[in-house]
Amino acid sequence: MSDLTSSAAPPYPATAEKFKFYGLWVAAAIALLVLPKLFSSGGSLTTFSLIGISIIFSLSYNILLGQTGLLSFGHAVYYGLGGFLVIHAINIIGMNKLPIPLPVVPLIGGLTGLLFAVLLGWVSTQRSGTAFAMISLGVAELVASSALILRTFFGGEAGISANRTKLFRVFDWSFGPQIQIYYLVAAWTLLAVIAMYALTRTPLGRMCNAVRDNPERVQFVGYDPHVVRYLAFCFSGFFAGIAGALAAINFEIANSAYLGAVQSGTVLFATYIGGVGFFIGPIIGAIFVTLLSLGLSDLTPVWQLYFGLIFIAVVMFAPGGITGLLMMHRPLLKAGRLSKVLPSYLIAFVPTLAMIVGLILAIETTVHFTVNPGEDSHIKAFGVRFDAANPYIWAMAAILLIGGFLVARKTWTWVGHAWDDATSVAREKGVAS
Amino acid sequence: MSTAIELRGVEKSFGITSVIRNVNLAVAQGERHALIGPNGAGKSTLFNLISGYMLPTTGSILLRDKVISGLPPYQINRRGLSRSFQVTNVFANMSVWENLRCAVLWAAGYRYAFWKNIDNLPEVRDRTAQILGDIHLIARRDVPAGLLTYAEQRALEIGITIAGGADVILLDEPTAGMSHAETERAVALIRRLTEGRTLLIVEHDMSVVFGLADRISVLVYGQIIASGTPEEIRGNPKVREAYLGEEAA
Repeated sequence: MSDLTSSAAPPYPATAEKFKFYGLWVAAAIALLVLPKLFSSGGSLTTFSLIGISIIFSLSYNILLGQTGLLSFGHAVYYGLGGFLVIHAINIIGMNKLPIPLPVVPLIGGLTGLLFAVLLGWVSTQRSGTAFAMISLGVAELVASSALILRTFFGGEAGISANRTKLFRVFDWSFGPQIQIYYLVAAWTLLAVIAMYALTRTPLGRMCNAVRDNPERVQFVGYDPHVVRYLAFCFSGFFAGIAGALAAINFEIANSAYLGAVQSGTVLFATYIGGVGFFIGPIIGAIFVTLLSLGLSDLTPVWQLYFGLIFIAVVMFAPGGITGLLMMHRPLLKAGRLSKVLPSYLIAFVPTLAMIVGLILAIETTVHFTVNPGEDSHIKAFGVRFDAANPYIWAMAAILLIGGFLVARKTWTWVGHAWDDATSVAREKGVAS
Repeated sequence: MSTAIELRGVEKSFGITSVIRNVNLAVAQGERHALIGPNGAGKSTLFNLISGYMLPTTGSILLRDKVISGLPPYQINRRGLSRSFQVTNVFANMSVWENLRCAVLWAAGYRYAFWKNIDNLPEVRDRTAQILGDIHLIARRDVPAGLLTYAEQRALEIGITIAGGADVILLDEPTAGMSHAETERAVALIRRLTEGRTLLIVEHDMSVVFGLADRISVLVYGQIIASGTPEEIRGNPKVREAYLGEEAA
């Protein structure tokens, strides 16, 4: 038997591989430690904290979407309720001088998320697909609107706030300065990422994948797909609650926006743009979307429009997300054929960029005349000043957009050919895709 | 000899269309029993009823003398009955190894465990490797099931069905769409893997049926018109008329 197992089963990872695996986590921890030394401004520390929160939230969402095949439109419920409970908890702890330090408070958010997932999930996880999506949307609307009605608990429009520095102190950390909040978020992010990665490698984690692929068949190998979905939902709610708690601690406030449709939509964006098929996908998506939303909102008033365009582009042309695009190149890299496709990318890049510039010009000009028609037509978008009333600008936008598209379409076919050649060579060399 | 599966007065109708009509059938422990009949006779429906995928309209189904009709499929599976599907029904995005391992987990007692590393379960590993070897897919271990050839997917389908160690196996047209050589290999595989277990098989290929089965039941228009050894079935005039005659003509 053991002879057969050793020949048929996948080999246990070699020491070198194990070393690499644990080395990766240690490297991540060290990177988190030294990051504030490299970028020490208050703004970048806030950005890093937001990214960390977004990473936990997106990974928790991917337990549903990528791993169990459940499309939720209401994941902010568990994030938001975690955030609200934590604000109340901080106030109660501070008022009664309970010996609970801030670093363990996110756990309260996690347990809140878990509790509500336990309560609300049993019905919604009966089915996957459209039924689950619609129920999640309904529950989200219900909770979001009660946030405005139940004023004593949710604080209405203004929300409720707390002072995080008034808690029991360990090592004399007040958690007033952003750097201390950064380390708090970083530590919880690392813990949550490790926990969620470990979850994918358990019997339950694998059965989630099986339920995603084929819930019908799962029933005939002894599993109740409803229970598998429900457990995944509970874990997802727990980690979403932790993310919400960290957000509440970071801002010292929780308001109805935490629970709203925008929050639920953003986490879907981040997860999908990053790539649902890989564990690291939502991490990349969270980083990308957080940076993009912070950066774009400075550059243009209609940043959400660009956000939507990027999302549409990813869904249409790269359903595997950013990670999927990168991973497609792995067999080429292994076969040493990457240099065969890169030149075609460079050639395609120029007209594609021209097309995008034309599109941006057209959008910004249109926005000026539809949103602020009476104002000065000299506008600034993406740091560039131009006159939206100038016909030359219109002509340029049209030429760049249409001309860029016509040329770019040709270059995309070249990319396709170069890609086919390179992958067929890689396949001949026996590198599995 | 005790009975593994017993159907008592089972009927199934969809609206006013009755698909299964008063079926009584007993399959003894350790017997290889084939279910044959023309297209649309209700063979797959009967499988769906036994495996819990559908509820019978009336009548009862017993597994080792305990009523199982009315139970959901996963509970029937946990009691030791496992089935395959006529249309390949695997976990398409997961590797062959993962497919088989998922089919081993419940029977190995790991259920919904989220506190155990799946790669550190030696008995699951041994069992999965054994099934992988049994279905001759060792070379395809890491390939996503959706990318296997048709015959390989059929082999995987059988592998998933037997992996949990159920002692009552239902196979729904395991050799459908296979070439002659593939069919021969599949039959040898089925014979070996169901050694000592109870097998109920739906099959259209008569050489497979007569080569494999201890007993045969003939289902026509939702009714069992004959049940017996291969010789009895071959000599039964009603069967010849209703089924074999048509085949021969």
